[in-house]
Amino acid sequence: MSESKTTAAAKPTTVEVRVPSRMGFEKVAMSTAASVAKLMGFRDDRIEDLKTAVAEACINAIEHGNRLNEKLSVGVVLSVGADSLEVKVMDDGRGMNRQPGKQNKPDIDRKMRGEEDARGMGMFLIQALVDEAEWVAGTDGNSSYVRLVIRLDKDAE
Amino acid sequence: MAQNETKARVEQLTSAAGHPVAVLRFEGDIASTSKDAVLGTYQALPKETKLVLLDFTKVDYINSSGIALVIQLLIEASKCGQKASAFGLSAHFTKVFTMVGIPKYAGLFSTQAEALAAL
Repeated sequence: MSESKTTAAAKPTTVEVRVPSRMGFEKVAMSTAASVAKLMGFRDDRIEDLKTAVAEACINAIEHGNRLNEKLSVGVVLSVGADSLEVKVMDDGRGMNRQPGKQNKPDIDRKMRGEEDARGMGMFLIQALVDEAEWVAGTDGNSSYVRLVIRLDKDAE
Repeated sequence: MAQNETKARVEQLTSAAGHPVAVLRFEGDIASTSKDAVLGTYQALPKETKLVLLDFTKVDYINSSGIALVIQLLIEASKCGQKASAFGLSAHFTKVFTMVGIPKYAGLFSTQAEALAAL
């Protein structure tokens, strides 16, 4: 990001972090993503969006993907593009067998009536806070991951 | 070690209209480990409490599990016929709370003064 020029063929800038599968360590990934996004020139409000989305993705990886097994780690790879930042959060779980759809939106009325679990809002927040969110299930020994993308809005930045 | 432990304390104030208000002041992170601090503190309030005000001014980080605890608090408050409100959330978490629908069941205010004026 501090380079003055890049070409279409230039190797993208990447930052990689591995955190233990222990609750709380998502904050390390959050801070790293925030730092990279700030260097890229994202607005503060978009950085906050990204932080929450990365936190939720890491929490899912820690809790569900790696089942809180501290022998496993969660990998976070940030790839800086010309006008976007991609964040991949990887775990050793099997991943989801389908993309989450709109049915993920929490229903506060149902939650208040006890008809829906008060938890389970992480995926909804991820989808709502970033420009792209894709869940990829692990196959043939490859890790599962969620891919998040936020784009620079040139007019607004 | 990684979680910034949630601290909670209660202060009794009076609203602008003269009604007693139980203010639950939270500090640190609000996450899955915050059940005792959030729900435990609420459940220890006197039975006659009618107005509950949640202070998030010193909360650094809330994740979806923490938001779920807040919703559980609102569920219990609703069952007890209490009115709940909150203040001190950052612009970002005000947006997040709004996205999940919390304002339908708890007013969100910028400051304590605004919250007390509305009660």
